[in-house]
Amino acid sequence: MLNIKNLQVKAEGKQILKGIDLQVNAGEVHAIMGPNGSGKSTLARALSGHPEYEVTGGEVQFEGKDLLDMDPDERAREGVFMAFQYPVEIAGVNNAYFLKAALNAKRKHHGEPELDAMEFLQLIKEKSALLEIDQSMLSRAVNEGFSGGEKKRNEIFQMALLEPKLAILDETDSGLDIDALKLVASGVNAMRAPDRAIIVVTHYQRLLDYIIPDYVHVLSSGRIVKSGGKELAHELEKKGYSWIETGAAPVGA
Amino acid sequence: MTPVAEKLQPWLAAVEQRPQGGPRWLQDLRDRAASRFAALGFPTARDEEWRFTSVAPIAAAEFRPAGADATHATEAELAGYLYSDAALRLVIVNGRFAADLSRTAALPAGVLVGSLAAAVTEQADVVQRYFGQLADFGTRAFTALNTALASDGAYVCIPDGVILEQPLHILFVTTASATSGPIMSSARALVVAGDRSQLRMVETYVGPAGSSYFTNAVTEIFAGENAVVDHYKVQQESLEAFHIATMHIHAGRSANVSSHSFSLGGKLVRNDVSALLDGEGAECTLNGLYLADGDRLVDNHTTIDHAKAHCPSHEIYKGILGGKARAVFNGKIIVRQDAQKTDAKQTNRALLLSDEAQINTKPQLEIFADDVKCTHGAAIGQLDEDAIFYLRARGLTYFEARDMLIHAFAGDILDRVKVTPLRLAIEEELYAQLAKDLAELDAA
Repeated sequence: MLNIKNLQVKAEGKQILKGIDLQVNAGEVHAIMGPNGSGKSTLARALSGHPEYEVTGGEVQFEGKDLLDMDPDERAREGVFMAFQYPVEIAGVNNAYFLKAALNAKRKHHGEPELDAMEFLQLIKEKSALLEIDQSMLSRAVNEGFSGGEKKRNEIFQMALLEPKLAILDETDSGLDIDALKLVASGVNAMRAPDRAIIVVTHYQRLLDYIIPDYVHVLSSGRIVKSGGKELAHELEKKGYSWIETGAAPVGA
Repeated sequence: MTPVAEKLQPWLAAVEQRPQGGPRWLQDLRDRAASRFAALGFPTARDEEWRFTSVAPIAAAEFRPAGADATHATEAELAGYLYSDAALRLVIVNGRFAADLSRTAALPAGVLVGSLAAAVTEQADVVQRYFGQLADFGTRAFTALNTALASDGAYVCIPDGVILEQPLHILFVTTASATSGPIMSSARALVVAGDRSQLRMVETYVGPAGSSYFTNAVTEIFAGENAVVDHYKVQQESLEAFHIATMHIHAGRSANVSSHSFSLGGKLVRNDVSALLDGEGAECTLNGLYLADGDRLVDNHTTIDHAKAHCPSHEIYKGILGGKARAVFNGKIIVRQDAQKTDAKQTNRALLLSDEAQINTKPQLEIFADDVKCTHGAAIGQLDEDAIFYLRARGLTYFEARDMLIHAFAGDILDRVKVTPLRLAIEEELYAQLAKDLAELDAA
């Protein structure tokens, strides 16, 4: 589904990613871990097409298409979804209105009829229960005045509505208490499907107790320095990142 | 003779031809206003209140007061500016009340709406008591000019305890003149809302699209004790027109006055809004939304004067500027020594759609009481790039995302309009203009 080859990305004039290779197949859940500044979030944002992240080399294929050639909105309509680390507050834009616009943008792109108000409400009702999204969160402006937990739930709720092929969760667990974390994790787990892939970017192993990954990759200084199964996350939890970084030195040399 | 005085000469000649007659007090007032205008002349950039707005194009244009040769408006011409099949409307053409175009049937007992000139004789006591009491022309040249030249206008009087359920629409129309070149209309309105009365009113200013003319308006609103006045002003003049308007509000004890200003047209627009909170617990809301493009200029000067204790005021002004448009916002908040427990909140925001658009903004707080709460904030800028990216990451195109954010910016003010057909009409006009501006921006 997603094929990343030698991806190099600059942000604010600094080379952050120095050659990432990663293949993600449909049905898989990959966790990207690593210390602060290793480039985890840069990878997530570059994949979503954030204008401040400049791709300086390499290629990314998404379902056989050149992902890097697409505008951010085109990527979204093609089925790439990023749950933001810091969801943006948008004053004056009603959350339900925004969700409907996003959903219909995607439907239009795929030649499906736009949902009318009734159909949309029905869908919202179905999807909101799982994440305990209440009516007031829908009628408020997008993320405005939301607590940290509400913002993250709103992200996963959007993912549930938009049903992407590839979901990238950028530190969705950061700042969440255990109840909110479980809620978010169950929302993500409900989305696991044979035709969908999920990339979970996280600093902490904690989230991976609830979203069990098929593969774990460790990023350090802009490169994947170690890949393994879910047990790798536990190893990191015990030993911290320092052993990886020391061990990684020869790889980059 | 200096160039400035030369420019003033035709204006002084016009003022010499000012309306005559009526009661002695009125004639005296006109005479005093005329000599005050002659003494003041037009404001210049040296005048602090006019630092960023040059009225030289008005002074140089030799507008003539609309005379009998000016064409009358027709029902068909008005159709585009009437928001619904309003049962209550006053139409003022070139400053004169047009009975044939107005509708004043089915008014509650005691309510008077109609010609100001007629009220001068028929309601002599009320008019003499209120007319010109707020619109001081000591330092205001345009108010002096209006006071000297206004021969008629709109008169609204709601007796104590009366609630006017229907919104009252006052339409000020300036027409073209077939013979005398560009004209000036001195639009005037006097609104007296008695104690415990309630009034919802809309003032709209319009003129023939594409034509050059000058509207010089003065509105005075008196809200008695416990009165509730919900006022809207829609400035939708020709894009070549000059619009200078002064509005004064006097709010008595526990009165609640809100005024929303929508500035959509005009080449050079200046709105002065002054509210005097002159009784304990009086409350005032002044909101505004303006749109300008091309090389147009919109200047909003507001003053909220808290004279008594426990008076809250709320103010939000927002502007959207494209092209080489310029805007000025000056928000003065005065808190007098007796005005303890004042709670004043002012917000001023502008969205600059192009690099060449600019705004000069200045909050001005003059606080003489010690137990008060005053906050003000200004934010000027482009659209939030993070918000655009967020919307794009959910599948909306750049243009869809941008339009959604601009509509949200304006919607904050539009949503406060309580007369639904009015809100829809303003939205339609505003969004049509925006669509045009944005299309030009995208083509560039």
